[in-house]
Amino acid sequence: MEIVRPQWKPPSNDIVSTLPLYRSAPALEVRLEDFELYAMDRLRVLKGISDGLSRGKKPEEMKNLVNDLWKVNMKHPQASEVFNKDVISHFVLRLVYCRTEDLRKWFLSMETALFRHRFRLLTADSQRALLAELGLPYKAVARAEFEVIKEKLVQVARSISQPIPSSDAIFYKVPFEEVPELVAGRRIFICKGHAYVAMNQVVSLVVTQFRSLLSKALILTNRKWTSMIREQEKDRLTPIVESLCSSYLGPDYSQPNEFAEISVKDIDLVAKSSFPLCMRHLFEKLREDHHLKHGGRMQLGLFLKGVGLKLDDALAFWKAEFSQKVGAERFDKEYAYSIRHNYGREGKRTDYTPYSCQKIISLTPSVGDHHGCPYRHFSEDNLRAALSRMGVNNGAVEDVMDKVRNRHYQLACTLTFEAIHGLSCDAGINHPNQYFSDSQKILKLKSHSSEQGESTAD
Amino acid sequence: MVEIDNGRDDMLIDGQRLGNAATDGFNANYLKLYYGKLFPHADIFKWLSYANDGKHPACDKSYFGRREFSFTLDNDIYLRFQSFSNESELENSIKEKCPFKIDIGPVYSVDPAKRHAYSQSGNNVFTPVERELIFDIDISDYDNVRYCCSGADVCLDCWPLMTVAIKVIDISLRDDFGFNHILWVFSGRRGVHCWVCDGKARRLTNEQRTAIADYFRVYKGNENSSKGVSLTGHALHPFLVRSYTEVLKDFFETKLLSSQNLFSTQERYEKILEMIPDESVTSEIRGKWESSKRSSISKEDINVVRWEQLKHTLQSGQKKAQGLRRCVEEIVFSFTYPRIDMEVSKHMNHLLKAPFCVHPKTGRVCVPIDPKHCEEFDPTLVPTLSQLLEELNIGGLRADDDNECDRTSLGKSLSFFRSSFLRPLLKSCKEEMESLHNAKLQQSKNSLSW
Repeated sequence: MEIVRPQWKPPSNDIVSTLPLYRSAPALEVRLEDFELYAMDRLRVLKGISDGLSRGKKPEEMKNLVNDLWKVNMKHPQASEVFNKDVISHFVLRLVYCRTEDLRKWFLSMETALFRHRFRLLTADSQRALLAELGLPYKAVARAEFEVIKEKLVQVARSISQPIPSSDAIFYKVPFEEVPELVAGRRIFICKGHAYVAMNQVVSLVVTQFRSLLSKALILTNRKWTSMIREQEKDRLTPIVESLCSSYLGPDYSQPNEFAEISVKDIDLVAKSSFPLCMRHLFEKLREDHHLKHGGRMQLGLFLKGVGLKLDDALAFWKAEFSQKVGAERFDKEYAYSIRHNYGREGKRTDYTPYSCQKIISLTPSVGDHHGCPYRHFSEDNLRAALSRMGVNNGAVEDVMDKVRNRHYQLACTLTFEAIHGLSCDAGINHPNQYFSDSQKILKLKSHSSEQGESTAD
Repeated sequence: MVEIDNGRDDMLIDGQRLGNAATDGFNANYLKLYYGKLFPHADIFKWLSYANDGKHPACDKSYFGRREFSFTLDNDIYLRFQSFSNESELENSIKEKCPFKIDIGPVYSVDPAKRHAYSQSGNNVFTPVERELIFDIDISDYDNVRYCCSGADVCLDCWPLMTVAIKVIDISLRDDFGFNHILWVFSGRRGVHCWVCDGKARRLTNEQRTAIADYFRVYKGNENSSKGVSLTGHALHPFLVRSYTEVLKDFFETKLLSSQNLFSTQERYEKILEMIPDESVTSEIRGKWESSKRSSISKEDINVVRWEQLKHTLQSGQKKAQGLRRCVEEIVFSFTYPRIDMEVSKHMNHLLKAPFCVHPKTGRVCVPIDPKHCEEFDPTLVPTLSQLLEELNIGGLRADDDNECDRTSLGKSLSFFRSSFLRPLLKSCKEEMESLHNAKLQQSKNSLSW
C-alpha cells in the first residue's frame, strides 16, 4: 500500500480554511480503504444535508446543520490530510453518483448545498479570490447608477427582510440568467434583463457557476466510467463504487418488489390499508372525480408502478376512471400515452422512478391539483379531517400537527404510520413506496400470527 | 357564440356545395378550406425560422427542420415529432393531413423525425436545445374567484381577468426581464398563450425558465388549502408593487368588485373575511354588514361600500401595527393576480398550440392579442371558421385571387401579427446573426495573427 503524499498543506483544520472548486482530480495516491472510508464520511454529510432540506429547514438551521455534519465527519487526525480527504472523497463520490440521471441530480444538489454553506463561511477576501478563480468578470455598479435605482434596491431588501443597503454598498450587475435562485425567490431587483446582486448574495452567482461546472463534469465522468473505468477497475474500484450508493441511499423503488405485485381488483383494499396519506388522497380523488391533473397522475401513477401494477393493469385502472369523465376515446388519445411513457414505453423510453418524499415535498401544487405532500400542502383543517378519516386518533393527530408546524413533514408521516399500524417505524418514512412495503410487511406478519393463533386454538 | 344567418341552407364555397353550416362552426371540410385559403403557412414558417432561411453565411439551414410539430387529427390520432425542412413541406403536410390541432414543440439537437436513429448511440443526443419561453393562462384556474361562469365557460364579466394577466406579465417580461418579442394569442376558448421569442429567451435552460415562472408565482392555493396569497416581508417587491398600483388595484376596485358581486351575499363576503387572520376584526365587520342588510337602502353599489368599509377597518390606525394592512393587498392579489400554469413554462419540451389554429369546440381562430390594447379584445367577437368562410365566399364573387385573407375579418389579425410581431422579430434576428458572425470572424482573424 502506498502512503498518501499530501500536495499542499492547509493552514488549519477549520472548515473555512479552504474551499476547493474540484476542477481536476488530484494527482494523489490513495489507499483503497481510505478511498472507501472517505467516501462514506462525505456521504454521511450529503445524506444529512438531504434530510435537512427535505424537512424544510430554514437557511439558518441548515447553516448549523452543515457545519456540524462537516465537523463530525470530515475531520482527520492529521491536519494536513483534511484538505486531501475533502478532495478525494468528492472525486470518489463523483464516480459513484455519475451513473444515472437521478444519482447525478441528487449528488449535484447536495454538493451544491454543501458548497453554498462553506462559501458563506469564507472571509470576504477569500470569497473575492474564489470569484476571481471562477473567472466571473463582474464590475460593481457605479455610483451614479446606484443612486438612480437605490429606492428599488431598498424596497427589495425590505421585502426579504434584509438590512437596508448603505450608500457605499457594493452591488454587481449581472444577466438575470446567472442567478436563477435569486430570480425565483424575487430576492433581487431586475431591470431590463439585469439583476442587481448585493454583496451578501454573491454566493448565488458562485453557486450557479459551481453547479454548472459540476453538472458538466458529472456527464464527462459518466462517459469515462462506462467507456473505460468500469471495465479497467472491475476487480478493484468497481465493486466499491457500486456498493457505495445502494448501501447508503436505499432502494429507489423503480423495480417493483418481486413479491409485491398487485392487480386492479386489489387496489381498493391495499389503498385503504397501506397507502400513505398523499397517495390515498390522490386515489380517493381519482375515484371521486374520475380525473386527476398532470401532477397527480404522475405522483400516483409512478407510485402504483412501484407498488407492482403492471402496464396493462395500469392502463385498465386509469381508463376505468377517466373514461367516466372524458370518455374512453379521449382517454386513449390524451392520457394513455403518458401512462405508457411512465413505464418507459414512449418518448425517450426512460423507466421513470416513483417520487420520493423529498421530491413530493418540494412540489408546488396549484389550483385544481391534489398532489404534493398533505403534511406540507394541506391547510390545518383539511389535514386534521384527512387524518381522522384515516383512523388516526385525536392524541396522535396532535402529535402529527406538532411535527407539521415544525415542518418535519416526513416525521409527521412516520407518526401517522405508527398510529395506524400500532408499531414503531424506526427508520422513518422516506419514500411513499417504502411506506407501502413496510405497511404490507406488518399486515402480513399480523395476519400470519393471527392464523397461527387460530390453529393452536383448534 | 356568433351564429351566421346567411339566409341560405347551403353555402357555396369555391364551387363546392357544403352541407348545412354546422352550428358549432367547425367541421373537417371547413378546416380544409381554411388551411387551403387562410392559414398563414408562410408567416408561421418565417417566424419559426428566425431568419435562418435567409442567405446570410451564418444561417443555420437545419434550424427549422429540427423543430417538432405535433398534429392532432380528426380521428383522434396524435402525431408527434413531425418535422419539415422547408415551407412547402410544412404547408403540404398541413393541407394533406388537415389537423384539428397543430402544436409546436422545441427545436431539438437533431431532426425529431429521425430521433430513433440517434437513440441507438446511447448518449442521449436527442435533446431539446431551443424553445420559446411560453406561458399558458386558463380562466378555469380562476373558478374560486368568479361567480359568472365556471370551467371552460367564459363571458365578458370574467374575461377581463385575462386582460389583467396579460398586462401584468407583459409589462414584467419587457421592463424586468428585458424581452422585446412577445406574442400573445387567444387560445380559442378559455385563455391566453404567450410566446417570448427573443434569442436569449429561446436559449434559457429549464432551471432559468423555472426561475422566471417562480418569479411570477404569487398565488399558492391548491385544492386542499385556501391560503391563496400570502405576502410577507416589510415591503413588497418592486414587481409586485408595480403590478398592484398600475393594474390590479384599479381593476379590482372599479371592475371586478361589481362585475362579480364579490360582497353581495353572506357566502361571498365570508370567503373574503376568511383571508383576515384576526377574529376581532372579522366579527366587527361581520356585525356591521349583517345589521346593514336590513337598514340601508343605499343607491351605492353594496360591493363598493363594503370593500371601502373593510379597507377602512383594516387600515385604520391601531390595526396597522398588527400587520393587517397587508390583508388588503392579499385580498386584491388573491382575486386578480395572474394564475399561470407553471408546468408549461418550466420545461423546454412542453408543446403549445400554434397561433391561427381553430379551436375544435368553439370554431374560433387563435388570433394574436395586442397587449397594448388588450382591454379592447373581446373573445366573443373572434372570427369563427364558418364566419370566415362565409366572408370568403362573398368576397369570392368579386373574384380577386390575391390576399383573400385580407378581405376576411382575419385580415386585421394577420396584419397585426406581421407588422407588430414578425417584422421587428426578424429584423433583430438578422442583426443578432450579423453581429455574432462578425464577432466570430474577428476571433478567427485574431487567432490567425498569433
